[in-house]
Amino acid sequence: MNLSRIYAIVLRQFYLLKGSPTRLLPLFVWVMIDIVLWGFFTLYLGSVSPQGDRFVPALLGAVLLWDFLTRVMQGVTMAFFEDVWSRNFLNFFATPLRVTEYIAGLVITGIATSLIGLVAMLLLAWLAFGLSFAAYGAVLIPFIMVLFVFGMALGVLGSAFVLRLGPSAEWLIWPIPAILAPFVCVFYPLSVLPVWMQAIAHLLPPSYVFESMRGIVNGGPVPWIGLLTASLLSLAYLAASIWVFLRVYRTAVRSGLIARYSAEAVN
Amino acid sequence: MTEASAPALQVKHLTKRYGALLAVDDLSFAVYPGEIVGLLGLNGAGKSTTINMILGVLEPTSGSVSLNGFDVAKQRQQALAKTNFAAVYAPLPGNLTVRQNLRIFGLIYSVAALERRIDDLLEQYELTKFAGTRCGLLSSGEQSRVSLAKAMLNAPRVLLLDEPTASIDPSTAQGIRAYIRDFTARQQGAVLWTSHNMYEVEEVCDRIMLMSQGKILMQGDPKTLPQAHGFATLEALFVDVARETGASA
Repeated sequence: MNLSRIYAIVLRQFYLLKGSPTRLLPLFVWVMIDIVLWGFFTLYLGSVSPQGDRFVPALLGAVLLWDFLTRVMQGVTMAFFEDVWSRNFLNFFATPLRVTEYIAGLVITGIATSLIGLVAMLLLAWLAFGLSFAAYGAVLIPFIMVLFVFGMALGVLGSAFVLRLGPSAEWLIWPIPAILAPFVCVFYPLSVLPVWMQAIAHLLPPSYVFESMRGIVNGGPVPWIGLLTASLLSLAYLAASIWVFLRVYRTAVRSGLIARYSAEAVN
Repeated sequence: MTEASAPALQVKHLTKRYGALLAVDDLSFAVYPGEIVGLLGLNGAGKSTTINMILGVLEPTSGSVSLNGFDVAKQRQQALAKTNFAAVYAPLPGNLTVRQNLRIFGLIYSVAALERRIDDLLEQYELTKFAGTRCGLLSSGEQSRVSLAKAMLNAPRVLLLDEPTASIDPSTAQGIRAYIRDFTARQQGAVLWTSHNMYEVEEVCDRIMLMSQGKILMQGDPKTLPQAHGFATLEALFVDVARETGASA
């Protein structure tokens, strides 16, 4: 791994963000709209329910963490799409740049952009709706790490799909979080799902995070085994997604797709 | 140019097959330091496929490519460290400025004293006043000069130019030819140049290879090759070869 080359990939994204408010604003705007919308909904539920004080940390916290995962994934895929849109693959991959360095650059960009969104969400949820992170304690850190790693895995996997199928496959990538949401139990406990959905949920790291978060808010102990499972699953997904990307890249080099991304339209 | 020296670019038995289609058929050639070699042929003859395989962005079905003594398949980083390219179909990202683009590619090539190198290239390619301009706002000729400045960032020993003067005016094209001649004269760089402009090829290239259906049909000095085959000009020879191979295709 050459740090200079990884830095080049990250710097390219920084220049794009710096030079374009239309790229910069979405890092804040959508997550803040989500927090405001769900914040008021949570306040309303709190006013009509005898367990009202638990809605803010349980519901608003879940929204915040789910948005965070989505932003991590989108941070990686958006950085990748910039090269799709500008047909830059030939320029990049006809250099000494390794594909692993390219992926590392995308992931670092995803981390940076999602952290910006996370800070904005945390501040708004705390200042406007009184979401206190003391309610979760130090376990918030592994929550965030699991979502971070799984979000990166989704981003790398989504990028691999687009590299393989062409730019028109973008529409397959954006709905991925929405497809996963019912299975990972963002807003409800795992027990309400039918058995077949529970089986899928057990394979998805975020379900452990949201289940743990609800348990802690309701006064339960920290489910360390569940969090360890989620951490290992996330790392496995990340490793698998990088493997898939490398395989797809290799296929693209064999078929000429990397060169054709620049030279002509990809069908 | 001296064939006594080791070739900067060596292609051996290079073949690319897409199913039943043979895009490049057992191609072998070498380009030596200080030499400009023209790769000519009809659209679809296999020129860009060959260049893509040399750059390592397309895997050959068989055969090998060596750049500066390094095998592209086995020692990609070393092979590409002192190689660069410019192609009309691969402009630099239009949403970054000229300096930003050069900085990013300079980092990728780990260029020492990068800012000074960028300043020198901006001056050499008359781009200083465009340093802060987004590449997408530049004219075709200016973008070609930016691509060429990018291609020179790492002081390459092998330069691959895929139709570098296509769709630009004659004056700018003349300037680009002068830059390339200067590059081979001063730095003893080896250049593989594809073009459809026979006048340009005759003016710039030391040697040409005429390619059709993935094979090199003939090669030689562009100033003497037409006469050797009974044609007055290179263009007449090219058109005849195109008709012949087109008819047999």
